[in-house]
Amino acid sequence: MSFGPHLLLALLEGTVTAFVLALTALGLSLVFGVMRIVNVAHGEFFMLGAVLAWAFSSLVPGMPALGFLLALVGSALVVGTVAIAADRLILRRLNYAPEATIVATIGLLYIIQQVVLTVYGPNAHPVVPPINFRVVFPWFGYSGYKLVVIGASAALLGATWYTLTRTRLGLIMRATQFDRETAQSFGIPVDRVYSAVFALGAMLAAVAGVLIVPIQQAHYLMGLDPLLLSFIVVILGGLGNLRGTVMAAFVIGLSDGVISVFFSATLAKIIATLFVALVLVVRREGLFGEKAR
Amino acid sequence: MDHSKKDSNTKRLIRVSRRNVIKGLGAASALTASGLVPGAMRYAQAQSSAPIKIGFQAHLTGIGAAYGRWYQRTTLAAVKLINDTGGIGGRPIELVTEDDGTDPKRGAEVVEKFATEHKVDFVFGTLFSHVVVGSAPTAGQLKMPYFVVSEGYHVASGKLNRYVFQPGITDVRSQVISMAPWVAGNLGKKVAMIFPDYAFGHDHRDFFTKAIAAQGGEAIKHIPVPATETSYTRYFAQIPAETEVIYHVMVGPGVLTFVKEMGEHFGSKRPQIFGFIDSLEAVDMASPGLEFLDGTYFWEAFPRYAQKDQSAFDKFYRQAVGVNENGAAVDDPKDVSTYSHMFGCWETLYVIKAAVEQSGYRSATPKDKAALIESVEAMTDFAESNEHPQGAKKFNGQLHQVFAHQSISKVEGGRLNVVHRTAIEDGMYEPEADYRTQSL
Amino acid sequence: MTGATPRRDWLLHLAVIALLFGVQFVLPAYHYSNVSKIMVMASFAIGYNILIGYTGLLSLGHAMFFAAGLYGAGLTVHHLGFDPLSGFLAGLLAALCLSVAIGLVALRTAGVSFMIVTLMFAQAGYLLTLYFGEFTRGDEGFVLKENLLRVVVGDTGFNLIDPAARYNLALLLFTVCLLGSLVLVRSAVGRVLIAVRENEQRTAMLGYNAFLYKLLALVISGTMSGAAGATYALLFTYVGATFAAIQYSILPLLWVLLGGAGTTLGPLLGTLLMFYLVDVSSGQTSSYMLLVGAALIILVLWAPKGILGTLREKRIPWLP
Repeated sequence: MSFGPHLLLALLEGTVTAFVLALTALGLSLVFGVMRIVNVAHGEFFMLGAVLAWAFSSLVPGMPALGFLLALVGSALVVGTVAIAADRLILRRLNYAPEATIVATIGLLYIIQQVVLTVYGPNAHPVVPPINFRVVFPWFGYSGYKLVVIGASAALLGATWYTLTRTRLGLIMRATQFDRETAQSFGIPVDRVYSAVFALGAMLAAVAGVLIVPIQQAHYLMGLDPLLLSFIVVILGGLGNLRGTVMAAFVIGLSDGVISVFFSATLAKIIATLFVALVLVVRREGLFGEKAR
Repeated sequence: MDHSKKDSNTKRLIRVSRRNVIKGLGAASALTASGLVPGAMRYAQAQSSAPIKIGFQAHLTGIGAAYGRWYQRTTLAAVKLINDTGGIGGRPIELVTEDDGTDPKRGAEVVEKFATEHKVDFVFGTLFSHVVVGSAPTAGQLKMPYFVVSEGYHVASGKLNRYVFQPGITDVRSQVISMAPWVAGNLGKKVAMIFPDYAFGHDHRDFFTKAIAAQGGEAIKHIPVPATETSYTRYFAQIPAETEVIYHVMVGPGVLTFVKEMGEHFGSKRPQIFGFIDSLEAVDMASPGLEFLDGTYFWEAFPRYAQKDQSAFDKFYRQAVGVNENGAAVDDPKDVSTYSHMFGCWETLYVIKAAVEQSGYRSATPKDKAALIESVEAMTDFAESNEHPQGAKKFNGQLHQVFAHQSISKVEGGRLNVVHRTAIEDGMYEPEADYRTQSL
Repeated sequence: MTGATPRRDWLLHLAVIALLFGVQFVLPAYHYSNVSKIMVMASFAIGYNILIGYTGLLSLGHAMFFAAGLYGAGLTVHHLGFDPLSGFLAGLLAALCLSVAIGLVALRTAGVSFMIVTLMFAQAGYLLTLYFGEFTRGDEGFVLKENLLRVVVGDTGFNLIDPAARYNLALLLFTVCLLGSLVLVRSAVGRVLIAVRENEQRTAMLGYNAFLYKLLALVISGTMSGAAGATYALLFTYVGATFAAIQYSILPLLWVLLGGAGTTLGPLLGTLLMFYLVDVSSGQTSSYMLLVGAALIILVLWAPKGILGTLREKRIPWLP
């Protein structure tokens, strides 16, 4: 394939990656920003979303579109509940101490993974996309569903954006993020805000999992990659900076794809990885972050 | 698993005594052991009646878990059958299973645990190459006969040691070179290869590239895919326009994505496609997105779908393991097996049985182990039978590696139909090692 | 720092080492070999602890230092025919150079950025071990032949894979790392490191070059991890890309946090506990990682600063 179409393909793929990544990373960023904790189990929420999508969509066989909608709502609710339980039972008792939280969420990661392995099994299961068509370019064909993923992610990102910036809930969250003590003294129920934020973060990951599963299949070990990538994106975007997170998702999503047009794939991954690391070194507050307070 | 501890105590108590009653092994094996079952009579006098303990190193968690479950089912079926029909030389097999999490460090620890804690006679059953290579030194140092079912080109390369055998499944080098003549003769000579960018994929790259050149063909493009990749579409862009055959081999949970995206990319205007079933082991051919594979070809070691000329042995084996004619679990047709690999567990256990009986192995003494290893090395031919349902095999004692027939199947209407079966000789190559020169 | 007599902690550490030396005569074979391995991995954890526990820098990429030692020793012995001691030194040197280079770059960041930068460097390192599959055999890895691991001392010699040699060499590595870390944290340099952990700006204002101290800590930490990697390659003879993967960056973190970050004996305790947690629970159930996960959460709820960290807080204030 000649250079132009090749680049187009890389850009298309990069955009899909970027949108899904943005959703996942936004969840992590929110938790990071408001609660100041590193949730190592974030990728498992993504995985749980994907696996539940398979479960929900097999409830209504033969109706992929209905199954998909059911999965979107159902997975988010289940994962949100799991997250609230984890916050109440574990994280709150640790008082959100950074080191203890890391160990606890590693424990949570193992627990979720193993429960899924036991209940769901080790096989990768495919889910039928709700809409199945093939977009034909002169040089190659492309999955229509991937374009749907782009649209759906964009809509969800927009909705989250609106919630955080234009609603009372968002205001409360931002207030808590800015200064926990002051927020508390103004009568904001910080405990409940933390639970809500943790649940919302997990639900964003779960929804990203639901969106990706018709492309990638549900598998009990699929959580690690999105976790690592989200980490990178969140830091690159500037801690707790949501706009930065989304923009960083695009830098990551596109750079890997475009560099691979020029280099062998593994080498491209190495270069892209080092590139992002060096960007962080040069701008330690992240690409789009403000100077640390 | 918990009764294994009890049995290891039991074994300590009864070690050589012949008159003891074995506890916790069930009435049938007790009958066998005491020589009341006629078939076992002729062994019963010569042997101790204590069980032969076999350590099963299983990938029950981690990346190998999908394979591990089927390896376990096959192994349990074979052990049950062997025990029901008189055991090994009149002694029942006691299987001790340990999970290695598909990790080479834990794998080595598991082998150690088998040898020093469970005090097993042999260790067997490892699949993933890195776990085999990571565990093999420990097996060698502890002088523990170690039978792997991995298909990697590690045993036959001579890099491991005299205690490691692969008598149940062919190695990847043999599989790959036996495919080249048919691919060149029937699909095309200009081949683009897509493979994972690590050792397993590199073996495919190196051996197939040479083998296709020997057939007058050419691997016109190598497309390595990094280990961490989850999306494949952009790699298809690198396939040159003049490609006649795409050769693909992918492993891991992302493989279905790979095949699907290949379909979306090419649509109906596609070159011939030849792949290794490793990509689709444990995957239902009726999965959404796989329609595209119709008319493409796969290597299979053992045809997943029962063929028209299905052998009585295949029928017998399927029934014993609980696999239906479509290669899925009898009690859950959605649960597809790893049919082209797991037979290796079955056949390996029968090789162990034959070796114990031929060598007069009694207990884990250096002398008995040496005799056992030499008798495995002396093996040459396995006839197609209930013990070797996949087909006849030639064993090379110098390489500790077995060679077998391979199949090429075409996907037709969501089924894999065999279109070609290779001769064992097609997969033979010049040996690069001789383990027999190593001391025991 | 709490006015402990230095003799008491030295006695404790020497007693631990003496205990490890002593148990080799009574341990059953399986545990004998396990403890050898645990001591090597605990040395890795001690190296990690110097950074996280005493300098307050959380790295998510220590697998690269372990792997540098592992491959530095493994490749030179396997391909170039180095003798084991030279191989060990090669591994040590590889880890030393890598940690200087990484330190110069990564220490320009702090906090979570430091986590991510180390994570990414380690990921690049992991991919490199796969990329150079021709030499490393990538994921599959390679085995060091026994005959390359003979050490000749005067007229006699021994093989590194001999269980007794293996145990005592692992103990030697562990002793050096443990006492090294004790000397470090009790020294003036160690106190500056702790000051950096507690308040970097104030330390800098007092005239200390915080960057240099952090670099020193990272280099010691990385080199110790590399020493553990080189020792692992030479004693257990397997070299593979698994050890460069992310899980071997997370494991030392887990071991250290479990045992107690910022306690000299915490790494050993954490490694030991985690090993036997896996070993015992895997015999009971096939989803043993579920038990491990639950145990981690219970432990952290009960002892959020790690076992020794909590003990120090509540009972034994002089614990280093």
